[in-house]
Amino acid sequence: MQVSRRNLLSLSAGAAVLSLVGGRLAPAGATPAAAGEAVMAFTGGTEPQTGRITLTAPEIAENGNTVPISVNVDSPMTDADYVQSVTILAEGNPNPEVATLHFTPMSGVAVATTRIRLAETQNVIAVARMSDGSVYMDKKEVKVTIGGCGG
Amino acid sequence: MATPKPRVKVPKKASAGDIIEIKTLISHEMESGQRKDKEGKAIPRKIINKFTCTFNGAEVFSCDIEPAIAANPYFEFNAKVTENGTFRFEWIDDDGSVYDTEETITVS
Repeated sequence: MQVSRRNLLSLSAGAAVLSLVGGRLAPAGATPAAAGEAVMAFTGGTEPQTGRITLTAPEIAENGNTVPISVNVDSPMTDADYVQSVTILAEGNPNPEVATLHFTPMSGVAVATTRIRLAETQNVIAVARMSDGSVYMDKKEVKVTIGGCGG
Repeated sequence: MATPKPRVKVPKKASAGDIIEIKTLISHEMESGQRKDKEGKAIPRKIINKFTCTFNGAEVFSCDIEPAIAANPYFEFNAKVTENGTFRFEWIDDDGSVYDTEETITVS
């Protein structure tokens, strides 16, 4: 392959991103890998698809002690076809698990809001498991000004 | 800390088949187990670890809770109502305490 100027640029940019991520991972307890394992534990090994679930979180949270988040899963919520559970994970917290919400057809809609703690700027992940076993995921980055797990 | 006080907001009336919005909050410090006291010793974890809402005995919504849920846990969710009945809300503490409250709804 002939190395063009553009190739060279994208290569070095990639390397820079890698080293940046590596540096940020070192101090925290949980890692995206741990969060990924937690996702797999929840789905039973099924790779989540995109769509149907929407995670709503603020782009910037001034106070990591109480960050409002909402999940909304598109489902008819009938006895035959409903959302069983939605798990919420935070990649950069000491433990990635945040909460697991369990819905029933009596919920009417699979929508819920709560408030969570975030230790630092990180991705928040929501994974929904349907009654037919399919799984869907959404992810949002939240920038945190003051962390919520120390003290 | 004082005994955790549950607060819930449920509409008093609804039409059959309506999907109503329920808001719940309980006062609780949710000690995460990650903090240290002045001597540098870890403060033991003490959180609400489970929340359940039932309607006439059938589960509507529940939640397994980890320390990453903020102090004074807040949950907002929905319920489809078809008949008169009672919503029962339960919060379970790490120490085994159960805090509960009930709300009735008239469905026409």
